[in-house]
Amino acid sequence: MRSDRQNRTPMGLKIAAGVGLAFLHLPILLIFLYAFTTEDKSYQFPPPGLTLKWFAVTWNRPDVWEALGLSVRVASISTVVALVLGTLCAAAISQTRFFGREAISLLVILPIALPGIITGISLRSAFNLAEIPFSFWTIVLGHATFCVVVVYNNAVARFRRVSGSLIEASMDLGADGFQTFRYVILPNIGTALLAGGMLAFALSFDEVIVTTFTAGQQATLPIWMLEELVRPRQRPVTNVVAMVVVLVTFLPILAAYYLTRDGDQISGQGK
Amino acid sequence: MSTATIRAGAILPGRGGMGGALSDAFWRNPKLLLFVMLTPPLLWLGIIYLGSLFALLIQSFFSIDEFSGLVVREFTLKTYGELLRPSNLDIIVRTVTMAGLVTIASAIIAFPIAYYAARYAKGRWKAVFYLGVMLPLWSSYLVKVYAWKLILAKEGILTWIFDKLHLTFLIEGWLSLPVVGGNSLSVSLTGTFLVFVYVWLPFMILPVQAALERVPGNLLEASADLGASPRQTFTNVLLPLALPGIIAGSIFTFSLTLGDYIIPQIIGTSHRFIGMAVYAHQGTAGNIPLAAAFTVVPVVIMGIYLWLAKRAGAFNAL
Repeated sequence: MRSDRQNRTPMGLKIAAGVGLAFLHLPILLIFLYAFTTEDKSYQFPPPGLTLKWFAVTWNRPDVWEALGLSVRVASISTVVALVLGTLCAAAISQTRFFGREAISLLVILPIALPGIITGISLRSAFNLAEIPFSFWTIVLGHATFCVVVVYNNAVARFRRVSGSLIEASMDLGADGFQTFRYVILPNIGTALLAGGMLAFALSFDEVIVTTFTAGQQATLPIWMLEELVRPRQRPVTNVVAMVVVLVTFLPILAAYYLTRDGDQISGQGK
Repeated sequence: MSTATIRAGAILPGRGGMGGALSDAFWRNPKLLLFVMLTPPLLWLGIIYLGSLFALLIQSFFSIDEFSGLVVREFTLKTYGELLRPSNLDIIVRTVTMAGLVTIASAIIAFPIAYYAARYAKGRWKAVFYLGVMLPLWSSYLVKVYAWKLILAKEGILTWIFDKLHLTFLIEGWLSLPVVGGNSLSVSLTGTFLVFVYVWLPFMILPVQAALERVPGNLLEASADLGASPRQTFTNVLLPLALPGIIAGSIFTFSLTLGDYIIPQIIGTSHRFIGMAVYAHQGTAGNIPLAAAFTVVPVVIMGIYLWLAKRAGAFNAL
């Protein structure tokens, strides 16, 4: 059969794709193994023995809990700011045509298109010039700036599929602008916003480059890990924290995937 | 009946209350709505982001007094002149070369994954591939770097595998080479390169896959029917159509490598990259003007790159 022959996968492609995926995942799996190792002085492989001891040690470390708490608070507030700004921007860009539209979409993408170190150092020098002391809010300022684009991208993609006539119909039927937003627009873009918000959270939770410039003496979880990486003091605790971070970031990503799966299949499977 | 009354009859009665009046005003005057919607994001990005970038740019035209170590706030191009010193030029060339190599390597590794996922994976496998790329993409950057520290360490898994296969001489031979070699993989430019490729690879896969999803299957069949070999189909049909996706992905891999200072600091040699130079100059050295001038280099490079990418239509593949 012709079509069968066309659809059979070439062996070489299969192997290359499989090896590529393995390359992406094996290093992360290795983290799980090292969390249980009894070796605490080097990165010896294979581990000389396995133990659960380091989980208890990590649990009782106040510095880890403090860093985790700061990271969660920063990520939550940055996500909220990014959701508001990103949605507004996406709505304006996708529903109307106006002069300077291209420039605005470029401006939104810029914070991730330019290397993070530039965002970081320019924020830091601006804080210096304006004599703003480092605080919780200086971290949030930096994070929200580059989180906007994630929400924006998700929302713009969805707005493209929301037909303008739906909004007009809602208005014709007597709904005011806020009702239209609440009952027509929001249900249509809801899952995209949720997915965008989760990704923004994950992005902020994980950010280290901009944070090193805007945090001052405070340690978010990535900063804590960075210090351990540069000057390893307690390798086993770092191993455990690394494993927990992997698990914690996997859950929202899986959730975002299952939430947006149906919508994506409608738009993606038709080819 | 005059036309005015007919028109008045056709218009719905005004909505009551503040919210109603506001929503009517927005409907009648879309520009007002646009203005209200765009003001908050533009204020945020314009003031905080562009303002900071501008502040940085200005500082790159200042210079540092060599005796007092203080920043002289007068316009000068002296700091840019310092970039042209051989040691600083070295840093720029090294970083750009690394970014280029990382981009090429990620494109080569990403293509089969993206192509398989776009064309052959169906149903459940499609989900596996999607998650298989998304999970590494979104998992913690530092954890990924840390994993490679474990892998590349002298006592780590890579050495162990090569030892079991009796291939240790391969690693030793490679490490004895100049430039790419070093004491162990975790303190060599080879190690830096591997980690860069690993960490940025998903950023390449996604846009390439998006571009390949848009290639209609019958185009490839037509090419085969017209007598093209698989290789000819690849170079003449598939690759040109995937190119915008590859360029879109390269924006990420290139830009991220240009600005990164953590990977070469943790896994690499003492040779500096642009990011490390910026960090060192603004930190302990306190030479903000030179740090600022250094950051202008990737900005200019990325500006040219984005402009070229836009002309190649890469933004539609994002």
